[in-house]
Amino acid sequence: MEQTKKIREGNIRIVSRLIRNLEDSEPEARTAIKNIFPYTGKAHIIGITGSAGAGKSTLVDGLISAFRKKNKTVGVLAIDPTSPFSGGALLGDRIRMQKHTEDPGVFVRSLATRGAMGGLSKAVGDAIHVLDAMGKDIILVETVGTGQQEVDIIYNSHTVIVVLVPGMGDEIQAIKAGIMEIADIFVVNKADHPGASQLLMELKNMINMAQIPEDGWPLPVMTVESAFEPIKFGEKIDSLAQNILKHYEYLVHSDQLKSRLHRKTMVEIKDALRTCILDQILSDLEANGELDRLAYKLISKESDPYTLAEEISSRYLKKRPGKPYQKKG
Amino acid sequence: MTERKIRIMVAKPGLDGHDRGARVLARCFRDAGFEVIYTGCHQTPEQIAVSAIQEDVDLVGLSCLSGAHRYLFPRVVELLKEKEAEDICVIGGGIIPEQDFEMLYHSGIKAIFTPGAHLDDIVDWVRQNVEPK
Amino acid sequence: MYFSKGVLDQSKQLRKKWEDNIRKIANKTPDQKARWSTVSDLEIKRLYTPEEIKNTNFESDIGYPGEFPFLRGNQPTGYRGKYWTFRMFAGMGSAADTNKRWHMLINSGQTGLSTAFDYPTLMGYDTDDPKARGECGKCGVAIDTLEDFLQLMDGIPMDQVTTSMTINPPASVLWAMYCAVAELRGIPLAKIGGTIQNDMLKEFIAQKTFMCPPEPSVKLIGDTVEFGTRHVPMWNTISISGYHIREAGATAVQELAFTLRDGMEYVESVIAQKGLDVDDFAPRLSFFFNSHIDFFEEICKLRAARRIWAKVMRDRYQAKNPRSMWMRFHTQTAGCSLTAQQPYNNVVRTALEALAAVLGGTQSLHTNSLDEVLCLPSDHAVEIALRTQQIIAEETGAANTMDPLAGSYFVESLTNEIEEKAWEYIHKIDEMGGMIDAIEKGFPQMEIADAAYQFQRQIDAGEKIMVGMNKYVTDDEQKIPLLDIDDAVEQDQIKRLNAVRRKRNHRAVTKSLKDLKMCCKKGDNVMPFCIEAVKNYASVQEICDVYRDVYGEYRDPGLY
Repeated sequence: MEQTKKIREGNIRIVSRLIRNLEDSEPEARTAIKNIFPYTGKAHIIGITGSAGAGKSTLVDGLISAFRKKNKTVGVLAIDPTSPFSGGALLGDRIRMQKHTEDPGVFVRSLATRGAMGGLSKAVGDAIHVLDAMGKDIILVETVGTGQQEVDIIYNSHTVIVVLVPGMGDEIQAIKAGIMEIADIFVVNKADHPGASQLLMELKNMINMAQIPEDGWPLPVMTVESAFEPIKFGEKIDSLAQNILKHYEYLVHSDQLKSRLHRKTMVEIKDALRTCILDQILSDLEANGELDRLAYKLISKESDPYTLAEEISSRYLKKRPGKPYQKKG
Repeated sequence: MTERKIRIMVAKPGLDGHDRGARVLARCFRDAGFEVIYTGCHQTPEQIAVSAIQEDVDLVGLSCLSGAHRYLFPRVVELLKEKEAEDICVIGGGIIPEQDFEMLYHSGIKAIFTPGAHLDDIVDWVRQNVEPK
Repeated sequence: MYFSKGVLDQSKQLRKKWEDNIRKIANKTPDQKARWSTVSDLEIKRLYTPEEIKNTNFESDIGYPGEFPFLRGNQPTGYRGKYWTFRMFAGMGSAADTNKRWHMLINSGQTGLSTAFDYPTLMGYDTDDPKARGECGKCGVAIDTLEDFLQLMDGIPMDQVTTSMTINPPASVLWAMYCAVAELRGIPLAKIGGTIQNDMLKEFIAQKTFMCPPEPSVKLIGDTVEFGTRHVPMWNTISISGYHIREAGATAVQELAFTLRDGMEYVESVIAQKGLDVDDFAPRLSFFFNSHIDFFEEICKLRAARRIWAKVMRDRYQAKNPRSMWMRFHTQTAGCSLTAQQPYNNVVRTALEALAAVLGGTQSLHTNSLDEVLCLPSDHAVEIALRTQQIIAEETGAANTMDPLAGSYFVESLTNEIEEKAWEYIHKIDEMGGMIDAIEKGFPQMEIADAAYQFQRQIDAGEKIMVGMNKYVTDDEQKIPLLDIDDAVEQDQIKRLNAVRRKRNHRAVTKSLKDLKMCCKKGDNVMPFCIEAVKNYASVQEICDVYRDVYGEYRDPGLY
């Protein structure tokens, strides 16, 4: 397994090409994941989410420095949106992480959403496996930052950081969007800007209402000021990194690591089933033109979607028609 | 299997900050359906080469208006070669006098676009000459 | 009211008749295109009449030259007292190369000097820094230490010629060198005159030559303003620049609004940090605009600039001295309007742009050379560009009378429109908390990026025309001789720098840099320490490293 060996040795060309193949759903990429899977599970995966302009990339840049100081190797996956019009994407997160470019202990990769909802890209789960297998101690995943429903990150990370900034009017929005429930650590960025104290108060009230049990994770709220004051910024980020590591320890001690892993693998197996079964069937139907014919049957009211789907599923899954829905009849 | 996407890095090597062209081109590539990594001003050739490999791009577009292209452009090609990534295509643009074209082509730059080049022509060149790996 | 009711009524009547007429004709011979607009995409009407300026007030909106609101000029005498300064931006290769070009320009009738520095100097690096590889002398003169500066000024009468220096992050360092050379020659600082560009906000917005973050950058600028006010009274310590904003793709309105809002930011910062009265320093603030190819839009922009600034200084900052209300500006013709194709056409473009600048009332002018889109200008091309200005001044009669387009329905209306649109931007930036906050949000950067992209799309679609580039294209290329900067300049410059490093007094260098660092940490004025350091032959980078060390380093946030 030459490729697996090279990935584990951290060969950048092989790793970055494999991520590319995963994004493009190349069949050989799946084989590669099968091969490296036994070597995954060691990295601490950290999700960073928050609206656009919240300063996520600058924070990631700071965290890379902080973890490198602790001699941990770091992988970064930064996700930006694909244009729904052209299918192209402008990926600009790595701009803020340039100072680590020549550090061999850091690997940064930009991913486009390619139509995936939920703030991530479809390939992100597998890309995390790749960085994990290449031996990165810490994997930072930066979400798109549309501020809407970016909750998928919890299925992919151990620790989720929600970044908020004052004066963007997104506080209440964020609570509604359910982004608050996913946080393990809150960061109020640009905390020297007007409106920060109010935002902090709102957050703390909300956490108080949540009634965290005594042995539970206390849900820290941290503040970070201007990235232009390098010394102070560095100190704040160091303590953020400290809290992130503490959270991981908490997960281990409280046995929550297992339940998070279970949550993650459930999603993973469902995704894999979808890819191997549903995608297969769909591409098959598309290729032989049957999908089109099915659509016409609906237009002409010859049939209904469920009857057609049951026929297809029975054909492919070798079951009698209607069986899963016996109650219906 | 979905369609293979062309990935491009647009970079500004050297100390020059004239980024109008680079930024316009980055947007134009996005609108042409490519995935574009823009790395901003003031990059060293070393940073550009490493980023290009980490991002597994098919093409690196360099923009320089300061006159330092004779050193900077060939250096990027050289570094990619050193890192066994000579398959990554490198093109250049900016204020490049014609008398330097030959030297740049010889160093491995695949195409040069100077002021007045049409965006569509650049996109066409990419479509015709860059095969996603 | 500008017109009597009688005139307006008459105009209204006649207009109706004319419009009916147009409708008939338009059916037979329709317009060539549906929408006519300026290069900045401001829509222009077919005809302007008294009605378009009916709300203009003669005294408060137009007035007389030398009187508020200075729409028609700062000086009551116009160009009759003095033509604008013929100031050609020049710099290339070594200090000796540039000095030679300067002497050639002075001998050709140039009346002011203007320095272009190379990128390592502009960014505060020495020629031998790895980041500087390949850049030495390419787009300006390379200056590492006072030794280079002495050579640059060789034979230049510093008490007679004013010198403009396009330098931003290391402005304090290069200005300190200029002051040091004057002192060494026994010329009092009160006798030297010139300009340092020293406008960092537009660097963050457009030009991207930056070193420290915005706040300490503005602090350093405040230091130079304070030092100039107290010791170098004839020096313009900031040239608040719209030129680069425009070159980056901004519209005329954006250029005007962002530049003036930058100016306000500096005024506010100096008042707050240095405790100076606005009238102490505002008369030494100068501006720098672009003159683009859209003739009337540019004239109106420059006229509007004077009027807005006068209002801002009087009403927003309660300036009392009329000189504080003067907007004095240098203009450069638009580099981005030139084409690499059919380069001789650039002579024509530059001439028209220069004429617009003169009709807009510029105090100083640089005309681009025909080859500037291809390389640094050759001697011959520079001479044509300088002669262009001399022809406008001496032959065309454009300087005979002041603000000759005033009172034109179109010009006054467009001036008003540009002013109104600029105020909208200014108010928006005020609401964001000022220019530094707006920059942090990426607001001006994104506005410019959008405008640049839209313009490029219009060019590609043939909606906007650049002759020789997307219309009237020819295959036979006009070859012009190009200036080449030898790569050997770099090695020579490094040798010179090393020689200086060997022979200077090391202890004195170390001490003066240490003193400068202490001063930065305390927040004192850096200028006296900077002058001391350059006199000891501390290099540009050694001083800038102190700044970077204390104030931090700014990196391109790469907004697109």
